[in-house]
Amino acid sequence: MNQQELQALRTMIVAHKRWDMMFGLLGILALMIALMTFTALFADMAINGLGRISWEFLTSFPSRRAANAGILSAWVGSVLVMLVTAVAAVPLGVAAGVYLEEYARKNWVTDIIEINVSNLAGVPSIIYGLLALGLFVYTFGLGQSILTAGLTLALLILPVVIVATREAIRSIPQIIREGAYACGATTWQVVSDHIVPYSSAGILTGVIIGMARAIGETAPIITVGALTFIAFLPPAPFTGEPPAGVFDWLFAPFTVMPIQMFNWTSRPEAAFLANAAAAGFILVLMTLAMNGLAIWLRYRLRKNINW
Amino acid sequence: MKITNYAAAAALVLSGVSASGLVHADVLVKVDGSSTVYPITEAVAEDFQKSKKNAIKVTVGISGTGGGFKKFCRGETDISNASRPILKKEIDDCKAAGIEYMELPVAYDALTVVVNPKNDWIKSLTVAELKTMWEPGAQGKITNWKQVNPAWPDRPLKLFGAGADSGTFDYFTEAINGKSKASRGDFTASEDDNVLVQGVARDVGALGFFGFAYYEENKDKLRAVPIVDKEGKPAVAPSIKTVIDGSYQPLARPIFIYVNAKSADKPEVKEFVEYYMKNAEKLTKEVKYVPLPAKAYDYNLGHFAKRDKGTKFGGENKVGITIEELMKLEAK
Repeated sequence: MNQQELQALRTMIVAHKRWDMMFGLLGILALMIALMTFTALFADMAINGLGRISWEFLTSFPSRRAANAGILSAWVGSVLVMLVTAVAAVPLGVAAGVYLEEYARKNWVTDIIEINVSNLAGVPSIIYGLLALGLFVYTFGLGQSILTAGLTLALLILPVVIVATREAIRSIPQIIREGAYACGATTWQVVSDHIVPYSSAGILTGVIIGMARAIGETAPIITVGALTFIAFLPPAPFTGEPPAGVFDWLFAPFTVMPIQMFNWTSRPEAAFLANAAAAGFILVLMTLAMNGLAIWLRYRLRKNINW
Repeated sequence: MKITNYAAAAALVLSGVSASGLVHADVLVKVDGSSTVYPITEAVAEDFQKSKKNAIKVTVGISGTGGGFKKFCRGETDISNASRPILKKEIDDCKAAGIEYMELPVAYDALTVVVNPKNDWIKSLTVAELKTMWEPGAQGKITNWKQVNPAWPDRPLKLFGAGADSGTFDYFTEAINGKSKASRGDFTASEDDNVLVQGVARDVGALGFFGFAYYEENKDKLRAVPIVDKEGKPAVAPSIKTVIDGSYQPLARPIFIYVNAKSADKPEVKEFVEYYMKNAEKLTKEVKYVPLPAKAYDYNLGHFAKRDKGTKFGGENKVGITIEELMKLEAK
C-alpha cells in the first residue's frame, strides 16, 4: 500500500466520520424539536394554569363562575373510563396478540387479519365513536354511560395493544420456546409460563401508549354522549338511597377532562382559559402518573425474569 | 328491559366483570342542545342543584340545537336547549316518535357584528352591505372593502363567522342573506367563538359576527358595528337596552328551552322548569344575555302549567322578531 492510497483511505474515513456526526446532530435536532415543543406547551400551560390549581379546584364541580369551577366530575370520569378501558382492552388485546403469534397458523387468513389490525390503528377516532353510538348505546342499550365510553376507547386502543403484544413476543429468543417444547410443555404452558411473563414489559409499554392516547380523546366520547355540565359523581358501591350495587357506577352519566377543557376554552370569559390550562396541566400529570406506574410495574416484572 | 339485560350481560362478558348491571334509579333531569343557551341552563342547573341539596341531579350536554333536537325527539332528554325555534323536520320527527313538548323562550341574544378597533372607516353597516359581503355570490369575488363601498379603503376583507352546524350561522344567514344556511363559504368559520374574537382582534381588515356575550367580554379588543335594518332607519348598536326596546334589528333573536310534555309530569322536571322561569331574569343577566320582561316568564309558567303544547313559530326560523312581538305570540 503506497502513501497515496493510504491518504485516500484516510480522507474517506474522515468524510464518513463527518457524515456520522452530521446525522447525530440531525437526530439531536429532531429530538429537540419534539422536546422543545412539548416543553413550551407545558410551560405555557403551567404559567397560565398553576395559579388555579388548588385542593378546591380538584374537589369542586363545574360552575358558571370561573373562580368556583373545578374538575372533580371530570377527573373522576376520566379515571373511571380509563379503568373500564384497561380492564376491557388489556386481556382482549394480549389474548389476540398471543393467539396470532403462538397459535395461529401462518397462512393468508392470518396475513389478512394482520393487515387489518394494523390498519385499524389508523382509523380516525370519530369512526369508533359512531360505531359505539350504534352498537353500545342503541343496539345493546348500554346508554350514555361510563361503560359505553370505556368500551369505545378500549376498541380504539385494541389494535395498539395487539401490535405491541406481538412485537414484544417476537423479541423473545426462539430457543426459549424450543427448550420448553423439548421438555414436553404444551403451547399453553409455554405461553403462560414463558411467553407472557417475558413479554409483559413490552406489552405494558404498548398499553400505556394506547391509554395515553385514549385519555386525551374527545371526539368519540362526545359522540357517545358525554355531558358538559355534571355536578355529581357516579354512585360509589353500597352508598346512597337506595344503596347502589357494586357496578352501578358503570351506568352513570359522566364527563371527562378533555371535554371540560374544551368547554372552558370556548367560553367568553377569559378567566375560564386559566381553568382550562390548569385542567390541561392535571391531565398531563395524570398521563405521567400512568407512565410512572408502567415503569414501576416493568421494573418489578423484569426483576423476576431469569433467562 | 330485556335488551338492557342482554346488553349488560354482553358487556360483562366483554369487560370481564361479573355482577348485576341494573341501571340505578336516580332523580335526574337531562338537558342537552345548543351551546348558545348552555351558559344560562348551566347557571340555573348549578343553583337549582344547590337549592335542592343535590337531591335532584341535573346534567347539561352540548350537542348543538339540531343535535339536541335529534336526541329530544328520540325521547332521550327531558329538556332541549335551542337557539332557534324548532323546525318543520324536527316537528315531524318528534310527532313520529310521539313526543309532545312545551316551547319556552328564556332570553334574547344579540348577534353582534364586530370589526377591529383600528378600523376607522366603518361607522355603521346596512343589512344590504352585509349581504353584499356574505351572500353566496360574493364567494371569491368580494375580497376587498372597496368593492362593497367605493368610499372605503383598498384593503383585503377578511371575514370570520360561526360554523355551519350552529344555530347562530342559521340565524345570521337567514337574517342577512334571506335564506338559512345560504352563505359564501370562503370565510374563517369556527364553532369556538374565541377563535373568531382572536381573528378580528388581530386584523385591521377583519369583520366577524358572534353572540353578544363574547363581545361584552372582549370590548377592549373589538368594536361593535351599529346596524341599519332598512333604508332611512337609524343605525343601532347592540346593547341590552336596544334589544329590549326592539330597535336592534334584525340580528336580535329569542332563545328557547323545549320541555318534553311527558317528562313535565315528573316532579323533578316540573320543579326544575319552575325554578328556571323564576330565576331566569337574574341568571340571564349574570351570563351576559338579555333577559325577557318579567311578564314573559310568568306567561311561560302559565303555558307550562296548562301544558300548552307545540310551537308558536310554525316550524320556521322567523327573523327580526322583537320582544314585544314575542310577548304577543306568547300571550295567546
